[in-house]
Amino acid sequence: MIIDILSWVCLFAGGMLGIVGGIGIHRFPDFYSRLHAAGITDTLCAMLILFGLGLQAGFTLAAFKLALIFVFLFFTSPTASHALANAALHSGLKPKLVMNGRGVGS
Amino acid sequence: MLIMAGKFIQLHGINRLAFYLLNWMHGILEMKSYSFAALLLLFWVFLSGHLGPLLLGLGLVSVALTVFLSQRMNVIDHESYPLHLSSQLPAFIVYMFKEIIKANIDVIKRVLQWQGSTISPQLVELPALQKSDLGRVVYANAITLTPGTVSIELSQDTILIHALTEEAAEELATGSMAKEVSSRVFDE
Repeated sequence: MIIDILSWVCLFAGGMLGIVGGIGIHRFPDFYSRLHAAGITDTLCAMLILFGLGLQAGFTLAAFKLALIFVFLFFTSPTASHALANAALHSGLKPKLVMNGRGVGS
Repeated sequence: MLIMAGKFIQLHGINRLAFYLLNWMHGILEMKSYSFAALLLLFWVFLSGHLGPLLLGLGLVSVALTVFLSQRMNVIDHESYPLHLSSQLPAFIVYMFKEIIKANIDVIKRVLQWQGSTISPQLVELPALQKSDLGRVVYANAITLTPGTVSIELSQDTILIHALTEEAAEELATGSMAKEVSSRVFDE
């Protein structure tokens, strides 16, 4: 019962964060800042949903497989983000910046 | 190959097959490949969930083939198979969880802010003082994994970072995450 409630809270929060990520992608001004919004969906949203599903599965092989999905996501999603950002930079897309001394400039 | 293995098992049973395979592997393997084989076998059992002789036999054959090939290709090394780091991994994952949640809350706040945007995108170049390539890659990955900062370019001793806000950039510039990565033996 308690596990059910906890799992639904996680699933709901995860779904909400997915929506927040989507809103962020629309609201942020340029490609690079949108990457950060997509980062929400990659990390906390995925974590919460997988954890919620894992609670539903209990101590089974399914839970183990969910954990594996999580581990692979943990390794691959930053790599994909980095590849995207790097490709954008090299193809000459300039980020919109707010400068104040510290930054390197575009 | 698989059909042959199936026939063999029907004729002689799984024990014989395992015996021959292990004998054959023993002749060729290096030390590190044993733990690799054990890990792969564990992986197979957990993913399939069946303990019947046929499926176990097939698993054994595929693990043997995989280990054999990856040893011939010489890809089981310090970098691709960093077993020596696994004792440090749980603590590092806990640390990353904390960082990810903190950074997520900050970015979510900025996404949902009602009026105007409070983001101040920055490009910052930070030193990457990790000595090994593996250490630098783990550091860059950790930076990208926390929302609000993305590593754009990794060169010999610096990382170019796009940060969503000035605060996120400053937080990174304090170098606490770099220290955390270095201290976890990701830097030998």
